[in-house]
Amino acid sequence: MTWLAILVAGVGCYLLKLAGLSVPPSVLERPLVARVADLIPVALLAGLVAVQVFSTGPDLALDARAAALAVAVVLLLLRAPFLVVVFGAALVAALLRLL
Amino acid sequence: MSEPPEDDRRQIVRDSLGVGVATGTYGVSFGAVAVGSGLDVLQTCALSLLMFTGASQFALVGVLASGGAPLSGALTALLLGTRNTLYGLRLAPLLGWTGRRRLAAAHVLIDESTAMAVTRTTREGARTGFLTTGISIFVLWNLFTLVGALAGTAMGDPRTYGLDAAVGAAFLALLWPRLRERRNLVVGLLAALVALGAVPITSAGVPVLVAGGVALLAGLLLRQGADA
Repeated sequence: MTWLAILVAGVGCYLLKLAGLSVPPSVLERPLVARVADLIPVALLAGLVAVQVFSTGPDLALDARAAALAVAVVLLLLRAPFLVVVFGAALVAALLRLL
Repeated sequence: MSEPPEDDRRQIVRDSLGVGVATGTYGVSFGAVAVGSGLDVLQTCALSLLMFTGASQFALVGVLASGGAPLSGALTALLLGTRNTLYGLRLAPLLGWTGRRRLAAAHVLIDESTAMAVTRTTREGARTGFLTTGISIFVLWNLFTLVGALAGTAMGDPRTYGLDAAVGAAFLALLWPRLRERRNLVVGLLAALVALGAVPITSAGVPVLVAGGVALLAGLLLRQGADA
């Protein structure tokens, strides 16, 4: 199943890229299409952050991951590079679990 | 369109390589996170080679890590991949490639290669920025994915190193530049709340897709607001 998901999503993502280079640009001129397409990454990424940080299986949870996310916010406000943000958050969660 | 001066070209290559190195090296975090989410090294590398679009890759392994079905992970990855379609729409007239070149170029059509191409005033400049960024990221991203996957496998339980917390931070970092717009901030907060509301009542993987529905709803409502 995992391999199937990798192949389907991998090939699908390529075709989505190719479609953009191949379809007439007038599709984008429809305001609804443009607006929804603009908002989809925002909504999905925000949903992913929330689920990843504040849930364990079917339960909501508040643990070391929330503290790590707060650290990530501070690092982003300080304009830290991507790797510093990601591994900084990991480090904080790991340290909190050691306590 | 005329050939840009040699200095311009060098500047574009230098800038693009800088972005390529900065972005490609964070493949190490994807590799580590992916094996921490239960993928093996081969599956992790296959994702970077085949899918090659960071946010979608993180989404797929993120859904798997939270116990979601592989296919809902795939669906989330595909939805996130739709933004590359928009990039393509904007770049197509600028790059002007057809046939086999277009087939090859499509694979390295991602956030960064688009960003380094759209601002150019000449076709040559856009092509140089696009290819230098896209190819350097492709090579480094795949190399560092392997490094991260091997290191992640060697380390054992990812929770000990806080790698489960790293996924949330990675998503937030990808989202961050878009939050400067107030509209996006509101949609993002709503989507996060809706996703959390769906966590206890749906199976894993579904909450994120429900959050995606917020984008559709907001798109429809915003039009009504604009018409009124």
